[in-house]
Amino acid sequence: MSEIISKLEMKKITKKFPGVLACNNIDIYLKSGEILALLGENGAGKTTLMNVLFGLYQPEHGKIFINDKQVIINSPSTAFKYGIGMVHQHFMLVPNLTVVENVALGLIGKRIFKLDLNKVRKRIEEVSKEYGLSVNPNAYIWQLSVGEQQRVELIKVLCLGANLLILDEPTAALTPQETDELIVLLKQMAEKGRSIIFISHKLNEVKAVSNRVCVLRNGSLVYEGKTQKHSVATLAEKMAGREIYMPTLKEKSQANSPILEIKNVFAKGNMGTMALDGLSLTVSKGEIVGIAGVSGNGQKELADVINGISHIERGKILLNSKNIANLAPQQIINKGIGYIPEDRMHEGTIPSFSVKENIIMKDYNKKPLSKKMFLQNSIIEKYSQKLISNFDIKCPDNKTMCASLSGGNVQKVILARELSRKPKMLIAAYPIRGLDLGAAEYVHEQLLEARSENVGILLISEELDELLDICDRIAVIYEGKILEILDRDIATKTKLGLLMAGIKNEKKAI
Amino acid sequence: MILDFIIGIISAGIPLAAPLLLAGLGEMFNQRAGVFNLGVEGIMLMGAFVGFLVVLTVGSPILGLLAAIAVGALMGLLMAVVTVKFKAQQGISGIGLFMLGWGLSGTLFRVYIGGITSITGIKPFSFPLLGKIPIIGEIFFQNNILVYIAFLLVPISWYVLNKTAWGLKVRAVGTNPQAADTLGIKVERIRFQCIILGSMMAGLAGAYLSIAQTHIFADNITAGRGFIAVALVYFGRWKPAGIMWGTLLFSLAHALQRSIQVYGINFPYEIAVIIPYLLVIVVLALSYKSQLLGPVALGKPFIRGSRE
Ligand SMILES: Nc1ncnc2c1ncn2[C@@H]1O[C@H](COP(=O)(O)OP(=O)(O)O)[C@@H](O)[C@H]1O
Ligand SMILES: [Mg+2]
Repeated sequence: MSEIISKLEMKKITKKFPGVLACNNIDIYLKSGEILALLGENGAGKTTLMNVLFGLYQPEHGKIFINDKQVIINSPSTAFKYGIGMVHQHFMLVPNLTVVENVALGLIGKRIFKLDLNKVRKRIEEVSKEYGLSVNPNAYIWQLSVGEQQRVELIKVLCLGANLLILDEPTAALTPQETDELIVLLKQMAEKGRSIIFISHKLNEVKAVSNRVCVLRNGSLVYEGKTQKHSVATLAEKMAGREIYMPTLKEKSQANSPILEIKNVFAKGNMGTMALDGLSLTVSKGEIVGIAGVSGNGQKELADVINGISHIERGKILLNSKNIANLAPQQIINKGIGYIPEDRMHEGTIPSFSVKENIIMKDYNKKPLSKKMFLQNSIIEKYSQKLISNFDIKCPDNKTMCASLSGGNVQKVILARELSRKPKMLIAAYPIRGLDLGAAEYVHEQLLEARSENVGILLISEELDELLDICDRIAVIYEGKILEILDRDIATKTKLGLLMAGIKNEKKAI
Repeated sequence: MILDFIIGIISAGIPLAAPLLLAGLGEMFNQRAGVFNLGVEGIMLMGAFVGFLVVLTVGSPILGLLAAIAVGALMGLLMAVVTVKFKAQQGISGIGLFMLGWGLSGTLFRVYIGGITSITGIKPFSFPLLGKIPIIGEIFFQNNILVYIAFLLVPISWYVLNKTAWGLKVRAVGTNPQAADTLGIKVERIRFQCIILGSMMAGLAGAYLSIAQTHIFADNITAGRGFIAVALVYFGRWKPAGIMWGTLLFSLAHALQRSIQVYGINFPYEIAVIIPYLLVIVVLALSYKSQLLGPVALGKPFIRGSRE
């Protein structure tokens, strides 16, 4: 194992990408045993700064010091040599190799022939015992859940002898319980003298895990200080550079003319089993109905069947009292259903298309955007410019590829497209997942705005805070059925939590 | 009579499989590392020509084979520089390499040799005793040395790919090069090595045709075998044994087609000739497809820090 890193310093780091100053003269330091949280909105430069430390990017300026000696880190292998390991935002695992093989990849170095997997397996077992990270070393990565893959990533960096761990948004895909476990584990590691850089924009976690925070905004370090001194609200303010308040619903909607009625719907999921098992639910005009539930209980299938992406076996889906079940997606769009899909990068937009093209994606073949098969370029140009400014989409121009926007801005492109079509009903699946608070605030404001314009909204979410903030009613989905619907004034996190676990009678359970 | 017919087909089919196997295993290394080399046909043509020329002038088949391997390595280097270093589109680059090999071998042949000239080359030999066993001897123990080498390369390739450190790197680089990069593996170096290795095997496969199989060189002597080899890599799901079964299927069909002609069976010759090719297309279309098994990064250049 490499020398303990008792002090790491990054001094005056500057890194540019074409047209973007991703890191601007940033100074950070870290001592052994310390957990530093690196905070910042999407696109603030957190990943870039860490990639510089890990040797993936070369900075234009700046120096790195380990234990007061300057070091040049120009590749990940050099980073490993100094004891720096990184768990990336998108997992760096090879799906068709086993856990052992993935770890071995980091250990073989320049070797050509000798591949002693048994030795690697022993090492994995040691590490997993030491930290209570259980994993089957012989499993293929593709067989593992996201939480398990996260564990493999940790085991991998530990096996490679990392003293300083960088974790880039490690909790983004974890369940709340897995997140809690990770936090305990990180603290345990820090106690053993390792130092940890924890990137996140989930402030509760940051509060729970870190000793110190560094806040980046637009590529610059804007704050550095002890975590204790701050509340979630002040951290959020530092991140966004302004006060953030998450909008909440003031009063329950009175409207009760139904817009969407789902009646006893059965539908098969990917696995061929009944994912929707007699589900019924009604959404009224000007009402937000939340769907709470542990993922995999039929949420995806519910959104899919309403939007015509997959078919139902039995039941009815009525929009304005007319059956829309099993129509083609195009027909359903035309009847006035808007959709903010779960996967904004692949379902919600075409990443390689420009902002402009993504904005007109649902209306390109209608007047006035096209006439007799021909796109009306000047009208499209004006229309897209108008939406970009109305929805405050931050992009160099309307020809920028969606792939190069941050998550929050991609979501704004989708919102702009869906809301400006004046839908009667909107299905929003996890609309703030992975977004920072500033962007989440914006999305919620827009949803509430649509509600006040009498749009019916079905909001699928895994974050109870989100549901409690803006829903009129919250329906809990469990094994393909709606287990219970709670009005906002009686819904609490505890009640919802129990229902999500499938426990209907609260008194009995306690 | 029927037995003779069948033995004839099998014993003719096995040596026909050897060049496909050499080229196919080579292409497998390419693709496992994430590079799609459509230029195999062109490399084979150059290997066939250069090998032939060396044997014709120097008289040594060994030198001929080595020259073919060397020329394969050079063409592989070219492919690697273009697609890995300069990140050119792999499919187009491969077609370019094919055209280069085809044009160059044909032109050089016309300039330096011209007509049909035959060489001694490599001949089949019969194993003492074993070669005399009825049926089995005829099928398995009367081939030329390269046939044995080609089939030996099947387990060797499997071992290299699955049991060595280098093989592990190759598999990682072809599936998730970003991940391999973060573990300190030199993605581009591994890809260079695989392309060059694959091209050397393609060069050898080409030389097999001129030096060991026909003992002549003619323009376009490969007749599409390089492309068939590429298809057989898919057919074999990037596994050495799978590729071997594919080459055997194809070459037995090829031998059958020839026998039909030789035995004067009343069957339209034009249709017989296309049987093996048709077979490959049908089997490819019907074969089991799984994303998980293949090198997912196939065809994509690796650019550190690029966002998809
Ligand atoms: N490889 C890249 N090429 C071009 N621009 C990039 C690249 N990586 C990041 N950027 C840009 O640099 C800025 C910082 O990005 P990033 O470090 O990923 O932010 P964060 O991790 O804080 O969300 C963003 O504006 C982003 O678009
Ligand atoms: Mg990031």
